Amino acid sequence: MLKVVVRRLLVMPFLLLGIVTATFLLAQFTKGNPLISIIGARNLGNAEIVAAAKARWGLDGSVPERYAIYVWNLAHGDLGTSFRTRQPVLTDLAQRLPATLELVIAAMLVGTLGGIGLAIVSAEFKDSAADHLARLVALMGSCLPVFWLGLIALFLFTVQTRLLPGPGRLDIRAVAPPPVTGFMLVDTLLAGDGAGFVDALRHLVLPAAVLGWSVMGIVTRMVRASMLDVMGQDYITMARAKGAGRLRVLVHHALANALIPALTILGFTFAYLITGSVLVETIFSWPGIGSYAVDAARSLDYPAITGVTIIGGLGFLLANLMTDIAYAAADPRMRDAG
Amino acid sequence: MEAPLLDIKGLTVSIPFRDGERAAVSNVDLSVRRGEVVGLVGESGSGKSLSMLAVMGLLPRHVSVSGSIRFDGIELCGAPERRMRALRGRRIAMVFQDPMTALNPVKTIGAQIAEMIRLHNPRLSGAEVRERALGLLEAVAIPAPERRFDQYPHEFSGGMRQRVVIAIAIANDPDLLIADEPTTALDVTIQAQIMEIFARLREERGIAVVLITHDLGLVAGLADRMNVLYAGRIAERGPVGPVFAAPRHPYTAGLLAAVPSIDDVADRLYAIPGAPPALQNRPPGCAFAPRCGFSVPLCHASEPALARFGEGVVACHRAAELSLSTLSAKEA
Amino acid sequence: MLFGPTLPAIERPRPRLAAGIGRAFRRLGWSHLPAIFAIAVLAGLVIVALTIPWWTPYDPIGLAGRRLQPPSAAHWLGTDALGRDVLVRTLYGARYSLPIAAGVLVAAVGIGVAAGALAGFLGGLADNVLMRLADITLAFPPVLLAMAIAASLGPGLVNTALALIIVWWPIYARLMRAQVLNVKKLDHVDAAIVGGVRPARLLFRHIMPLCWSPIFVNTTMDVGQVILLAAGLSFIGLGAQPPTPEWGQMIAEGASNFYNWWIALGPGVAIFLVSLSANFLGDALRDLADPQSRGR
Repeated sequence: MLKVVVRRLLVMPFLLLGIVTATFLLAQFTKGNPLISIIGARNLGNAEIVAAAKARWGLDGSVPERYAIYVWNLAHGDLGTSFRTRQPVLTDLAQRLPATLELVIAAMLVGTLGGIGLAIVSAEFKDSAADHLARLVALMGSCLPVFWLGLIALFLFTVQTRLLPGPGRLDIRAVAPPPVTGFMLVDTLLAGDGAGFVDALRHLVLPAAVLGWSVMGIVTRMVRASMLDVMGQDYITMARAKGAGRLRVLVHHALANALIPALTILGFTFAYLITGSVLVETIFSWPGIGSYAVDAARSLDYPAITGVTIIGGLGFLLANLMTDIAYAAADPRMRDAG
Repeated sequence: MEAPLLDIKGLTVSIPFRDGERAAVSNVDLSVRRGEVVGLVGESGSGKSLSMLAVMGLLPRHVSVSGSIRFDGIELCGAPERRMRALRGRRIAMVFQDPMTALNPVKTIGAQIAEMIRLHNPRLSGAEVRERALGLLEAVAIPAPERRFDQYPHEFSGGMRQRVVIAIAIANDPDLLIADEPTTALDVTIQAQIMEIFARLREERGIAVVLITHDLGLVAGLADRMNVLYAGRIAERGPVGPVFAAPRHPYTAGLLAAVPSIDDVADRLYAIPGAPPALQNRPPGCAFAPRCGFSVPLCHASEPALARFGEGVVACHRAAELSLSTLSAKEA
Repeated sequence: MLFGPTLPAIERPRPRLAAGIGRAFRRLGWSHLPAIFAIAVLAGLVIVALTIPWWTPYDPIGLAGRRLQPPSAAHWLGTDALGRDVLVRTLYGARYSLPIAAGVLVAAVGIGVAAGALAGFLGGLADNVLMRLADITLAFPPVLLAMAIAASLGPGLVNTALALIIVWWPIYARLMRAQVLNVKKLDHVDAAIVGGVRPARLLFRHIMPLCWSPIFVNTTMDVGQVILLAAGLSFIGLGAQPPTPEWGQMIAEGASNFYNWWIALGPGVAIFLVSLSANFLGDALRDLADPQSRGR
């Protein structure tokens, strides 16, 4: 298993270069003229302004030249400057990453805990009404469009019942705590702002639940299948023969084993969460990377699009790597298998 | 006479099929006295394991069990899960067939033994549990128990794992040990070592054992009495010595003839022709009749009842007239 | 003769005792209901999509009544901000979403199967080049890649479809390659090679026919995923453009008239039903292809 991890590590630089090259090439195929978003359509006729803008934004020079410059800059941590925000893309992303991470981590918790719970019920009561219901609930999550679900949830919980606050990370009237980590839950606590913490938590509930539900389907499906495999094993009968109760057998013996193969979907889940977060952030006005990407794509902000795509690819690679490591670490048989 | 430790009467285990239930075990009586080793012999599908899982209360929910299973005076058939849980692992323990799959691969050996101790002695301290677990590893002759304690099952050989399984089974000094084919998955030399452990356990701790097996050699070496099961029914039962010397049921005789022995110079090993009937199409008469060389029309028409013969019982219409003791491989 | 020398009646070791017993008792019940539901929904939508121009009461992009009317007898799902009938637009939406899903999958499966079959069959350089291409494509989170492509090609339904094809083909390339590698190991392939079968015939007649079932199952399941992502791209403004009655685009219109909840209701439920049906149908197909997986 260690070999798999090492091999993945060795392949990573090549994949990264592939990602960078692919995104760069993609940006070259663009039909829309990015100059429009920089200097406006009216100035396109003015050769002087166009030339100045091209020089300013590095749009002159041949494709190979620009590619070399892009890769060189990238190697120095420079993703270029956003046409739209006029800030370095890396700065933009660094500012927005914590919001996305906070949402994705919360959604991951909802999705995995909920999915595992549903899978336990469904495997323990296989073929019963409870099993069918649990699977349907999980499946609905992956079949409902998150952007629509977010909309409906906002309407039901904030407009109709006023149980939860509307979009955003904090109440509009609230003063944001000084950004230390960028995680609103952590920052409010650091600032000693109890009410702010509760407010941030209440704002997080809906987007995290909507996003979490969307990954519950794959988590439930995977964990259920592996629970059913495990529950037919002799060591489960053995645990019961020891006099262990149903719950103990289920959690200590069945789940402990079933989660190991289920770990392989962590990376896959991450891809789902990224997809979902792009849409959920848009609905909930969540100032994260997803809504940044949407804004960038709408305004043909190529440095920003390229930057988000590369960072997203890097994040995906890391998620897959972590999946392998977690898988290797969780199974005692793998730990020794060099 | 002292009441038996385990007294099964009329045990029937039925499995649901699309067109209704079928009895995989029907009307089986079986008793085990304290400190006694009883063999339960039969081919796969004969219902040996099912009846013992019924004793443990470990059959899937949709399998129905009827009859009476009394353990030390307590009725187990239909007993609530709570009562079963208090007995399982504490007074009745089980050794499984395949040690490669009977141990939880993600927990250390020590943790798995400790779990058994803790489940039934919740007040013991961690140190006490560990000490007892180490003692058990020693009792089943595992070298360097201190080092082995924190290892995982995959670091053990098959024979060593089976010792661990036995250590777990005897952790709470049970009165009854159900051993389901405890040596089938092991090499011959390891088999002998495991059987030695069983023999010692019985001598030192007075544990009664139900030995489920298809290996008559094991029964001869260890058991006091034996029950031969065919197609979910008792075919023959009696003390080991007389049954081996003079089997009354053609099936028992067949099993005995199929055992290779050192002084047997036959160049071929004999086997019973055919295979046991599937659960879905058991014949109306004696279930063994289609494979039996002695069958007469009566055998195909009506099912024989168990009848007493000497020290044992036999379910065969022709038990009185046949003399099977002289049957040997060469005559067949 | 009493005991003849036939096969020894010796019991084979039986691992996983409980598993064997459990499997024997597993019953089938209600198992066809989801598949029937799925076929009904999908067939119904296809029929609606094909015939709606002949019987629609309203023009999908023209004024049908007063603006922002809640559901009523005249407009079962209400009207939107431009006074268009939401139900009619939702039903018309099937004319966009279903062909897109079908087109994307036909193209992606075609490209993926061809690439995967070649990579698995030829090995060597072709395998390396094709699979590294697939690896790089799969290294992107799908939505980001699709967004980057759609943004670069410009918004529109056709470009969305292109983006989705690029995102989806490597999944099928990997699947097909693995299948071909597995089938290549089978004895009948060796026999065919020994028998002097030409490579092309070997691939098409002896290998490929055995590779299809997981591809079909996956394709069915992916119908829902393609529709979801296509609608997502339209929702953020990169796919279908107004006034196209495409479901994602309609939900975006619903989002900007947030208090008029009915505008987004129809298209959301439509996406959900198609996606759910695709999953049900995929499950049913998998049970058919691999009875052992039943109920998993």
